[in-house]
Amino acid sequence: MSCPARRGKKMNDAGKIIPILIIFIAIAAFPFYYNMGKVSARPEPKLDTSAIQELTEKQCVESKEFMRANHMQLLNQWRDAVVREGKSIYVSSNGKKYNMSLQNTCMKCHSNKKDFCDSCHRYVSVKPYCWDCHIPPKERKS
Amino acid sequence: MSIDRRQFLKISGVSIIGVGAAGANLLLRGSLDALQTSPAEDGLKAKKWAMVVDMRKFKTEEDYKRIIDACHSIHNVPDMGNTKDEVKWIWTDTYEHVFPGQENKFLPDAIKEKQFPLLCNHCENPACVRVCPTQATFKRSDGIVMQDEHRCIGCRFCMAACPFGARSFNYKDPRPFIKEKNPEYPTRTIGVVEKCTFCTERLAKGLMPACAEKSNGAIVFGDLDDPNSEVRKLLSANYTIRRKPELGTEPKVFYIIGGSENA
Repeated sequence: MSCPARRGKKMNDAGKIIPILIIFIAIAAFPFYYNMGKVSARPEPKLDTSAIQELTEKQCVESKEFMRANHMQLLNQWRDAVVREGKSIYVSSNGKKYNMSLQNTCMKCHSNKKDFCDSCHRYVSVKPYCWDCHIPPKERKS
Repeated sequence: MSIDRRQFLKISGVSIIGVGAAGANLLLRGSLDALQTSPAEDGLKAKKWAMVVDMRKFKTEEDYKRIIDACHSIHNVPDMGNTKDEVKWIWTDTYEHVFPGQENKFLPDAIKEKQFPLLCNHCENPACVRVCPTQATFKRSDGIVMQDEHRCIGCRFCMAACPFGARSFNYKDPRPFIKEKNPEYPTRTIGVVEKCTFCTERLAKGLMPACAEKSNGAIVFGDLDDPNSEVRKLLSANYTIRRKPELGTEPKVFYIIGGSENA
């Protein structure tokens, strides 16, 4: 179907809209090119707590790679299982059983919240609100 | 400018779809299949948890203080220092306030003046659950009315709905008002509602609720659906009353009042 009346109709104010769009994108993308090429130190979460040193097999509830990629979803599922479904035991992929508890399981090994949790969270600028209610382990002030 | 309006709109539309698809891809990558979880094997289980409070065994101030302190210290319940901001899981009040409509002026003085320990009734038909817009409060399959602080948005509908005043709101950050924090249990944060949970975290470990454990037998906890349970034995051997039964919420905390000689 042809619609000659519409074909080739001029875009009104294109001369204003397109430069303004380009300026907008330049401003919105400013953080990206401002930081391009600048490398900030990569976070190194520390695993040197005494509880971890004492472990014969230095393994979290799942593999390091899994935990690194999925700990947030794992914690969300733990939370719902414990609070909403009344389940408290986690069966890991290698069949081991753990009590699902941030304060009583995770942080018993990872008692160095500042050097473990916070080091990456600060780097990627995420602010999980876990600690509004959950009590972090006592650490020496550094 | 050789671009016309139609072409401009087409290009914009395709760009927006592209950005949306990239965003959706990021979100989908973050999902995780359900993990394997199970209830604790040595945890206490029941079809319908209930409690019997035997008022004959509450004699001294110490009997009340012991159970309230046990509950509030374990669960990091703050002492706000004034009644407006008060946060309570277990507390006391007098007969005429606890059982309105059932008082009369010829009751034994001992009962009129006596303090009754009060807590969430874990109703069969909980009004708080019906009104909660986020399902932050819900009834578990074992009858416990649970509070999911992760979901609470602090609207306080549940506080308005509860006929027993069992719910408290955190008007302030409770942390500075907790004398000694129990590192094994979370605190709450400003803007959420909290209440007694029948010690779900202790039941999962095979322990009785803290108040029942510390009460020297004055508070008995058990399965209302099991005819041989301790609570059923007490209920069939004694006359018990509940708070505001006429409202139809079916409270599961029963009181043995006793006579003047016991009060």
